[in-house]
Amino acid sequence: MRAESISKHFGEGDTRVDALRDVSLEVFPRQVVALLGPSGSGKTTLLNIIGCILDPSAGSMELDGELVLRDGRWQSSDLRRLRLDKIGFIFQFHNLLPFLDATDNVAIVLRLAGADIATARERAGELLDDLEVGHRKNAMPAKLSGGEAQRVAIARALANSPRIILADEPTAALDSKRAAIVMDLLRKLAIERNAAIIAVTHDEKIFDRFDRIFQLRDGRLDGSDPADLDRSA
Amino acid sequence: MNLAYHDIRHSFGRFLLTCVGLGLLLGVVLAMIGIYRGLVVDALTIARAPAIDLWVVEANTRGPFAEASRIPGDIRESIARIVDVTAAGSITYQTVEAEHQGDKLRLYVIGYELTRPGGPPELAEGRDIARSHYEMVADRSTGLTLGERIQLGRHIFTIVGLTRHQVNSGGDPAVYITLSDAQKLQFDLAPPAARVQLARGAGSANLNTINAVVARLHPNASPESTAATIRRWKHLAAITQEEQELILSRSLVDRARRQIGLFTSLLLVVSAVIIALIIFTMTMEKLKQIATLKLIGAPDRTIIGMIVQQALALGIIGFATGATLIATIKDYFPRRVILEPDNVAALGLVVLVVCLLSSGLGVRAALRVDPATALGG
Repeated sequence: MRAESISKHFGEGDTRVDALRDVSLEVFPRQVVALLGPSGSGKTTLLNIIGCILDPSAGSMELDGELVLRDGRWQSSDLRRLRLDKIGFIFQFHNLLPFLDATDNVAIVLRLAGADIATARERAGELLDDLEVGHRKNAMPAKLSGGEAQRVAIARALANSPRIILADEPTAALDSKRAAIVMDLLRKLAIERNAAIIAVTHDEKIFDRFDRIFQLRDGRLDGSDPADLDRSA
Repeated sequence: MNLAYHDIRHSFGRFLLTCVGLGLLLGVVLAMIGIYRGLVVDALTIARAPAIDLWVVEANTRGPFAEASRIPGDIRESIARIVDVTAAGSITYQTVEAEHQGDKLRLYVIGYELTRPGGPPELAEGRDIARSHYEMVADRSTGLTLGERIQLGRHIFTIVGLTRHQVNSGGDPAVYITLSDAQKLQFDLAPPAARVQLARGAGSANLNTINAVVARLHPNASPESTAATIRRWKHLAAITQEEQELILSRSLVDRARRQIGLFTSLLLVVSAVIIALIIFTMTMEKLKQIATLKLIGAPDRTIIGMIVQQALALGIIGFATGATLIATIKDYFPRRVILEPDNVAALGLVVLVVCLLSSGLGVRAALRVDPATALGG
């Protein structure tokens, strides 16, 4: 994923707020990177733009070699499909659909992509097995522990083999031991599936699990050259 | 994977309770429609029972139901001689209270001539009156049974036949007796009063008074022109069956009809608002889930489908519950509740339309949800 000169402002004139100013970053397959920054620094705004759910004011973006954003304009009219095909999301609080069991929570992504129900459920079962929650495949989200629910959510994010996984505080709801397990799992999956992972986090205990750390301050990324931004940032 | 079905199954108890609640509400709406229809039909029942074409009543009145009408009994013979009249019968109507099993029983007593128009319609049980005196055909809603005896005035009548759904516009059940018995019941004085009258030298009252003459016409005859002929006699008024039904439905029960009609309309509006609120609330509770669905790539049609299917399921199950409930208990109402298929179908259609419109509000809210709201706490 390559983002160049991404800017986003809200409002105009006296009420104008620059949430992102000329942010550029590049994330490669198999990399696990963190976005750090205090509240209001623009982390979520950047994540939303990379996730194709917020229109930027300016900038360009390439995803999996495809130019999806040019001069602040989306190149595809179907961002939903783009998200479905190329992006996986992991949420702070798993956000599993409470009325579907673990298998269907994963299978729904495959169904939305066009897979038939049997194939979708079979593939969902395999993913849950891979994430070691196969024994809970028929459980409803309310019956899953925090760690199990987050694994199911990760399985859902991986279901369509996305090229990039965006994680919003993926370990916020977990204790430090489980947080480390989840981060190790994400790293393993990024390598196995040739995907990039961008995570917004405040959790210092897991900083050492990231390949690179980008720090946002007042809408600016410290150092515009990604090569300069390592975990010392 | 039907999301609406999974969501309903997940919170089935709650959904079912909502459906039952809505069903009760729609049941009340249906009951009110049934009561409204029942009121109108009841008002027309007695007027339709003799299956006649013309009512001849006292001049300058719209009797015998909307206004009092008293005419001499021999008028029937004059009416019967009119060229287009095939049959004519004298008839009396009066409300009496009788003792029955220790309680007061209000009865609408109809006196008629045995071989002439004006008698009871098809009997549900028993036979027509065969003797000139002291036999009675009663409606089932009186609670009287075949062979039972009941005192009206100074005489005891035996029930020989039973009718169904024969009540007047006030809901009092009808009983049929012979004209002469009815005239005695209406005009005979009690012995002490009769003695007083005799002492005054007033003599006995003329019993041969009736409330109306009913007439059947030739199939090709015009009731309007026959009525016009009778009106020219000046001392009588003539009302066609069509006019009589109009008087009954527009005049006699008009206020009650409008009252119930207005209340039913209000109830329908309240039901529509409640349905809309239920469906809108159901959607608003799911906004985070809808945002998650949007974020993971669900198309709008998937989300719209979920909301609309749930709204329709709620409406259909609620309506079916209400209709079943009212169909089961309608016969226990003190007055007739008539559920006509077209009224039921119309309400069902209204419920479906309300559900669709209400789900439109929910859909509008759902489509406005920013998928980004799924991110963060």
